[in-house]
Amino acid sequence: MKLSLGPVLYYWTREALLGFYANLPHSRLATIYLGEVVCGRRNAMRPADWLGLARDLAKTGVEVVLSTQVLIESDLDLRAVRQIAENGEFLVEANDMGAVRMLAGRTRFVAGPHLNVYNPTTLAWLAELGACRWVMPVELGRDALALLQRDRPAAVQTEVFAYGRLPLAFSARCFTARHYNLSKDDCQYRCLDHPDGLPLATREGQPFLALNGLQTQSAQVYDLSGALAQMRELGVDVVRLSAQSAQMNGIIEAYHRALEGELSGPELEAVLASHRPADYCDGYWYGKPGIEHLAASH
Amino acid sequence: MTATRKLELVCPAGALPSLKAAVDNGADWVYFGLRDDTNARNFAGLNFDSRSAREGIRYAHDRDVKTVLAINTFPQAGAWERWERAIDAAADLGVDAVILADPGLMRYAARKYPDLGLQLSVQGSATNHEAINLYRDHFGVRRAVLPRVLSIRQVEQVIRNTDVEIEVFGFGSLCVMVEGRCALSSFATGQSPNTFGACSPASAVRWEPRGDRMDVRLNGILIDRYAADENAGYPTLCKGRFDVGGETYYAIEEPSSLNALELLPQLAAMGVAAIKIEGRQRSPAYVADVTRIWRAAIDECSANAPRFSARPQWKAGLTRLTEGQQVTLGAYNRKWK
Repeated sequence: MKLSLGPVLYYWTREALLGFYANLPHSRLATIYLGEVVCGRRNAMRPADWLGLARDLAKTGVEVVLSTQVLIESDLDLRAVRQIAENGEFLVEANDMGAVRMLAGRTRFVAGPHLNVYNPTTLAWLAELGACRWVMPVELGRDALALLQRDRPAAVQTEVFAYGRLPLAFSARCFTARHYNLSKDDCQYRCLDHPDGLPLATREGQPFLALNGLQTQSAQVYDLSGALAQMRELGVDVVRLSAQSAQMNGIIEAYHRALEGELSGPELEAVLASHRPADYCDGYWYGKPGIEHLAASH
Repeated sequence: MTATRKLELVCPAGALPSLKAAVDNGADWVYFGLRDDTNARNFAGLNFDSRSAREGIRYAHDRDVKTVLAINTFPQAGAWERWERAIDAAADLGVDAVILADPGLMRYAARKYPDLGLQLSVQGSATNHEAINLYRDHFGVRRAVLPRVLSIRQVEQVIRNTDVEIEVFGFGSLCVMVEGRCALSSFATGQSPNTFGACSPASAVRWEPRGDRMDVRLNGILIDRYAADENAGYPTLCKGRFDVGGETYYAIEEPSSLNALELLPQLAAMGVAAIKIEGRQRSPAYVADVTRIWRAAIDECSANAPRFSARPQWKAGLTRLTEGQQVTLGAYNRKWK
């Protein structure tokens, strides 16, 4: 199993983003997914900037994949997707069926976590269209994965979202702008102020969700470090880590050492706990509500 | 794609009495589901077995109303046969179309029953013409229902770029999230529209009277807390009050209903093929009222679109049906976003 770094889901300043990528422990990562997948208004990085960053990162030997936006609303959004789909240089992660149509039959692609692959028949169809890898929907767990792996088409790799705040929902509405009583068209880029999302709690103070512009995430950090052995047994090829604004390198290092067999059990958990920005959850993997945390009992 | 085509009215039927109410009050189509997790209103006591489905289809067809079976959840690995059986049942029952979200299931339906009309469910999350045309090219989808996230100009852009008929929601409960791309319910309860055909399932709801206030929980998670003078609503997860940055408010969406009645002339002019009414979980009386009002409005609009305006009694009637909730144009109005 190899490690990948998913697309940064938050809106960071250009300096923060470039600094983040420059300082990564590149040799620990097999794949880096790049691009703005949440909101078309986030424009600190222009298409040419992403391509430049992709080329720089590729020089370190890492596989670079360009990820497309999840929710396509306008012709402008579609043009951006087309530009990525036709880049001709890097593999593309399709996060919408519109992107799939642009890629199908022309070049191989990664079927992203938002394409809703819940059964082997749909996975087989995407493989025929050119998918060389698929990312399991976050709400599926090990039992569903076992069934999907049993019928997995040859030459299709499986990737599992294993670490980070869960991307749970997308809307046309911007919840960060709403919090500031701003309209989306005049959002003043307030998500820049929340590099790990804006925490939402219940009225009795239970951390519940995090608002990240159009995207709603879990407040808890999904962490499947306790399930790596199970993933290996199920034939998972790629373990995806999703970025946080601080201490991400510590997370990557811990996962790397766990995959190498150098770190496990309470020791691994202690290291990860020292780098996580919030409590963890892992319920989805065990077929339970996503918010639950169960690793200790398995 | 022609602006002169008659707008069709597509109405919900959670059970036989609702189906008859929709047919009797002017629906062009009725949509319904089977009694299991193959449809996105998998609620106890709702939906059709084969006997009631057969009777309902006969009732509709005798009155020249078309029927569409919603098989619009995602077949779960290991339970594929249940969804296949639902397609087989649709073909056997003689519905005019099925409405699906999963490409694998579309492929099965298209190959086995080439004459069965295929429609793309809102749960398929297709918000752009490229996505819609993908389903057309591969499976022969004839109609697509747009997620409730596009502004009216964006709906028009989609219509301009596809020959697939476009159906949009006109009235009913409002999903704030892109349909098919929301796992909030499974995050809280383990069951979501995609995996189970239900959002914020009733089995996870707990009402807790606490002196003069009422706490409403979903699998133990506090979704809202009502004072004595407030109406306690069903705890749909995204419509509760939460704390963000020290403020307590409807952080995601107010408990509001979509009503696009006043947009009818625009929707008709841009070539929308059909208006969908949400509410398979609602009563036959609700279905009768909402169908009657929308029928009258569509007829009046198609007779004289330039002079169309939503009549006060229609608006009042529809507002009454929203049980005191706010009414919104949702994403059709850009400012909502």
